[in-house]
Amino acid sequence: MTTALFYILGLIMLSATLLCITRRNPVHAVIYMVLALFALALEFYLLGAPLVAAWEVIVYAGAIMVLFLFIIMMLGLAPQETPEGPGWRRWLPLALLSASLIACTLLLIMQDPAAGKPIGEFYLMPQQLGEALFGRYALAVELASFQLLFASIGAYMLGRPLSEKGPKDGLKEDKE
Amino acid sequence: MTVPFGHALILASMLFALGLTCVLARRQIIMILIGVEIMLNAASLVFVAASAYWRQADGQVFVILLMAITAAEVAVALAMVVYLWRRKRTLVADAFNEMGR
Repeated sequence: MTTALFYILGLIMLSATLLCITRRNPVHAVIYMVLALFALALEFYLLGAPLVAAWEVIVYAGAIMVLFLFIIMMLGLAPQETPEGPGWRRWLPLALLSASLIACTLLLIMQDPAAGKPIGEFYLMPQQLGEALFGRYALAVELASFQLLFASIGAYMLGRPLSEKGPKDGLKEDKE
Repeated sequence: MTVPFGHALILASMLFALGLTCVLARRQIIMILIGVEIMLNAASLVFVAASAYWRQADGQVFVILLMAITAAEVAVALAMVVYLWRRKRTLVADAFNEMGR
């Protein structure tokens, strides 16, 4: 049962991603991306990572994708901002390159003796994950929190209005 | 679960190739960022599958850290998108082809 679910969810994820990257309207693309992320979260659950699956839905689908949607709607890109969508002539060489990349990866995976072995039953309790996260990897957690702080400061600096000290207006003030 | 480990890797590599195609083919900066997100998700799928295969918690810890890093990256990248929009009133990547002003 879980085996069939794995393949069905994989199919949903790949088709939703394919629809996502070919949409002209960025809002539709984000919605399809959310669908792919839900399927990916269920895959995580099947692979024995319930906490990661929950955080995938909360952080990715709930926060990051909504941030994308918010920016798209704030800038008013939704209705018409797709001047000339990529035609098939633009997609064909890239699709060929990606297909050859997948083929090479498939050959490499098939050569690996571990590839044929089943994954097996595995279920990591959130408690064990927390012990690993805040025990052995406590330093990495601290570094990630530093990085989030720096990113929020950087986003604030980038998000200031241009007229305050923008590149163009700053130069004008210097000349005056 | 009786799924072979290779099939999870194949699924992740297909997802990664789709994300790479999105980054290379699309012109709009927001779609390029979505392609980057797709590639990061493929990487986290590999981490979780390896964590289940070797029965270790480390892979899932890395996915949690990857989520934190992605959140930071998206915050800065979307702030840059707003900045670029304010400068040129467009988000087509071809418009930003000069250095400086």
